[in-house]
Amino acid sequence: MQLAVNIAVLAAIYALIACGYVLIYRTSRVLSLAHGELMMLGAYGLAATASLFGGHPLIAIAASAVLALTVGVLVYVMLMRRMTGESVLAAVLTTIALGILLRGLMILMFGTQTQYPLQQLGWTNASLPVGAGARISAAGLVLVAGTATVYLGLFAFLRLTRWGIRMRAAGQNPLLAAQRGIRLHGVYALAWGLATFTGGMAGMLIACDAGIEATLVTIGLKAFPAALVGGLDSLLGALAGSVIIAAAEVLLINYVDPLLSDVVPFFVLLAMLILRPWGLCGTREELDRV
Amino acid sequence: MSTPRSSGYFRTSYERDAALVDTRTQKAWLGVLAIALTALPFLAGSFTLDLANQVLLFSIGAVALMLLTGYAGQISLGHAGLLAAGAFTTGVLFKEFAAPVWVTLPASAAVGALIGLVFGLPSLRLRGLYLAVSTLALHFMVIHAGQEYETRRGFSTGVVIDAPISDPRAWYFVLLAASVATILLSLNLLRSRTGRAWRAIHGREAVAAALGINVHWAKLSVFVISCTLTSVAGCLFAYYRGFVSAEAFSLFLTIQYVAAVIIGGIGSILGAVLGTVFVVLFPYAIEAAMALLGLTGRLSSVIFAVNYASFGLVMILFLLLEPQGLVGIWRRVQAWLLLWPFKQKPLGK
Repeated sequence: MQLAVNIAVLAAIYALIACGYVLIYRTSRVLSLAHGELMMLGAYGLAATASLFGGHPLIAIAASAVLALTVGVLVYVMLMRRMTGESVLAAVLTTIALGILLRGLMILMFGTQTQYPLQQLGWTNASLPVGAGARISAAGLVLVAGTATVYLGLFAFLRLTRWGIRMRAAGQNPLLAAQRGIRLHGVYALAWGLATFTGGMAGMLIACDAGIEATLVTIGLKAFPAALVGGLDSLLGALAGSVIIAAAEVLLINYVDPLLSDVVPFFVLLAMLILRPWGLCGTREELDRV
Repeated sequence: MSTPRSSGYFRTSYERDAALVDTRTQKAWLGVLAIALTALPFLAGSFTLDLANQVLLFSIGAVALMLLTGYAGQISLGHAGLLAAGAFTTGVLFKEFAAPVWVTLPASAAVGALIGLVFGLPSLRLRGLYLAVSTLALHFMVIHAGQEYETRRGFSTGVVIDAPISDPRAWYFVLLAASVATILLSLNLLRSRTGRAWRAIHGREAVAAALGINVHWAKLSVFVISCTLTSVAGCLFAYYRGFVSAEAFSLFLTIQYVAAVIIGGIGSILGAVLGTVFVVLFPYAIEAAMALLGLTGRLSSVIFAVNYASFGLVMILFLLLEPQGLVGIWRRVQAWLLLWPFKQKPLGK
């Protein structure tokens, strides 16, 4: 039972991060390898706003969410916008370079010590009982609920709203979308903003649960196989992929070897790439367009 | 894109067109370079010699990656993993069987070739991003295998290896020979049928196949050759450092190799060498700059962070402003010198 709870929390973490990869890839065909760092930036953003608005936790959370959204849009406008039309390699490398730039800057600004933003907000991370003898931390519960809300929100946004439909159109056929009067740069910037927002949210929640450390980046990187196993252009797939990866990881760590934690996602990923490279729910023609 | 030349230069035979060194000026400069490289260890201090050794060691892997990424157009993010594979093969053989160099070096090469074959196979079906991702998976697996070995055998901090040579000057010549051999091998491959096939699949696979190139074979061959060279570099790395540990092969090392290829200039062996010099000397330059600004005392504990940040910044600047890399700058300077005092750009460029 405890295992099931652990799987659910880990799957929620992966799913929340993976939807950032999916949003960016599906809209602009760019793979962002800086996502782990952007996620960490969200976590540090919360720590910074928490100390700034000490007595008002809600204001601090709202401020850090707005901050994450702004950073995402800025990354697109200032950097990725100039990489449109360049080769896949150049775009991926730009995100890698952005990643190490951010990592260096974050260490310079916030130091290497583990921080606990939850305490700065003045809350405690209670351990709540669920069902037969299993326990879940309050932050973990919020994480699962938050992921569910984000996914529901994203589905509604992409299906029903004007901007969501524009975003899907831009992802399906940029040329046609542009000719129908959709501002591609606006849509792409929005995608980057949303992706950084969800990633930042994941970072904040993990930070509340376990504190911010340098290893947070690794979690961001491990969520990437989840996105790919599900299919890089499918949100539903990202959800399924996250559950698969989380289940495989938790079970193998528990029954085989704790050292496996960092490799399991990549084993699953490789198996998937050999059997079905486009992922569980991805579109098959993707491969030829890359 | 060839180097600009003054007028009156014609290639009149195929042999001359394929020659590695064809004009008298080039031969003269090559002689000067050879003398300079031979004289260096006798003039340089121990710190400079170590730097030179690092550059030579790094250049082998960078040239190998240039073959794969710069010429054949296959993205790889598993380079640190391959170096680790070579280094750990050496470490394990040395520790378990006390194997000498003439066993560990071919064994590392064989392991590299095998990994190249295994990870070249997905490349037959995968392109672009997906390939990059599968090589990233390779990185994590090799590192995991290394860590597993370290913990199982109780070498939690790493495997210590005794090198057969310890004199840095002797090392310099060994590494110089290895580096020159790698460069010569690559240049020769590139002017042969194999190298042309690699460039063709970089351009467009369908057209290459239509021209009668066996695309699968070309891809596998570039993977195997590149991985073998990198793994051999890993073996040399293990002996040079005298120490193998999984921590030494982080993802940042991969990024450094990729950066060397990008900053040097995609699609040029000279670029790989220039990029190597840049990447290896960069941290030392940053340290010197910080000492000059008097920041060392305050930032000494986070000097690696300064390194990360400035490295990322330089990489972004190169990607945005100078996609041709250092080689592009070098060629522009050459053209400018050749045409001075006129400003006309050479035709056909």
